[in-house]
Amino acid sequence: MEKTHVTATVNGDVKEFLCDPSDTLLQVLRDELGLTGTKEGCGSGDCGACSVLINDRLVCSCLVLGVEANGEVVETIEGIGNGDKLHVIQEKFLEHAALQCGICTPGLVISTKALLEENPNPTEEEARYYLAGNLCRCTGYDKIIKAVMDAAKTMREDA
Amino acid sequence: MVSVVYQAPDTLEGAVELLANSKITAKVLAGGTDLIIQMQGINEERLVVDVKKIPGMLEATLDQEGLRLGPAMPNAALTAREDIKALFPGLVEAAYLIGSTQVQGRCSVGGNLCNSSPAADTIPALIANGAQCVIKGPEGLRTIAAENFVTGVGRNCLVDGELLAAINIPRPEDRTSDAYLRFIPRTEMDIAVAGAAVSITLDSEGVCTAARVAIGAVAVTALLVPDASNALIGTKLDEAALQSAANAASEAANPITDRRGTIEFRKHVVGVLVKRAAKIAADRAGA
Repeated sequence: MEKTHVTATVNGDVKEFLCDPSDTLLQVLRDELGLTGTKEGCGSGDCGACSVLINDRLVCSCLVLGVEANGEVVETIEGIGNGDKLHVIQEKFLEHAALQCGICTPGLVISTKALLEENPNPTEEEARYYLAGNLCRCTGYDKIIKAVMDAAKTMREDA
Repeated sequence: MVSVVYQAPDTLEGAVELLANSKITAKVLAGGTDLIIQMQGINEERLVVDVKKIPGMLEATLDQEGLRLGPAMPNAALTAREDIKALFPGLVEAAYLIGSTQVQGRCSVGGNLCNSSPAADTIPALIANGAQCVIKGPEGLRTIAAENFVTGVGRNCLVDGELLAAINIPRPEDRTSDAYLRFIPRTEMDIAVAGAAVSITLDSEGVCTAARVAIGAVAVTALLVPDASNALIGTKLDEAALQSAANAASEAANPITDRRGTIEFRKHVVGVLVKRAAKIAADRAGA
């Protein structure tokens, strides 16, 4: 299969890569760009583990072809923090022990960032509905929602 | 996964040329939330024509004529449009019900229509609003009413070389509104067991002067139900009129029994949904 040349902005850096047009963005991120923070859960858009932002819009990277990223702006979990400094959302997930196995966590952190950009002051119900596309088989969601609500509060206070 | 030959033309003509001249099976890619899954586990070459670079595909314009909806506009962008929501709250509700936030970021009304699932949420809402589908093909443009677009389970009127270019919805008359309701066993992120969309126009006395009732997930395609619409026209949407519309919808439904619902259940529920959607649409029209 002939590979396609793709240029995309990934976590603020312009990246050029050769992409098999059959590969999903998830495969490209992990296997070509080495950004393995984005996880594969179901591979069919149901679990949200592979969530990334494309042009600030939350999507499942398993349901995007890598070639579609050409000319677009992609943000993954690796771009959330600032160097060694964690993002508030990441800090709150740690503080509230909102993870066990960790496979869903990068997706949940990305989705939470998208939620709080759209709605800095969500109700618990709004947060639960917004994050319903991110499945977690360990925590039962309670600690995740506590972390999200605390992150929202902290980010509002810091704003 | 199929072996993808990817093309992203920047004109409708370019897309038609690619689709019409392809020697291998050609598929149109909008948001991919159905297509990319359908391509998994298939070991053959496919031409994938990404239509998102074509001007107008991702935008919606609303003017005195009505709504021109770019078929590939992500539902997340559509549901954020307050101006569209004000005129077509039912259509926007239907769009909002599909999938998770992540799926909303990619899926589109045009994709929902072209995927042609019997349970597609936006198709009854398009039918209730009198949507017209503009199709571009090698012979030029043609237009077909939304109720005639889908022809079977996963089948539609598009022939080789054609693609959906736009969805046009005429601007509703004053005191008109719509609603869409569906039944699912969960609270969200599920596929309709039955669905109903209703558009209602009222006069200043609250008498219904025009109505369109469409039902989904209860036949191989979403159906316009003229008998249900006629049961509402000329009434003040009293209980007898609503029940008569519900009965007409149950009668028109021709569902199957599967793990999500039986024939009897679906026929009953679709009537209840018509009744409730008609009331919501009328309340909105009169507000």
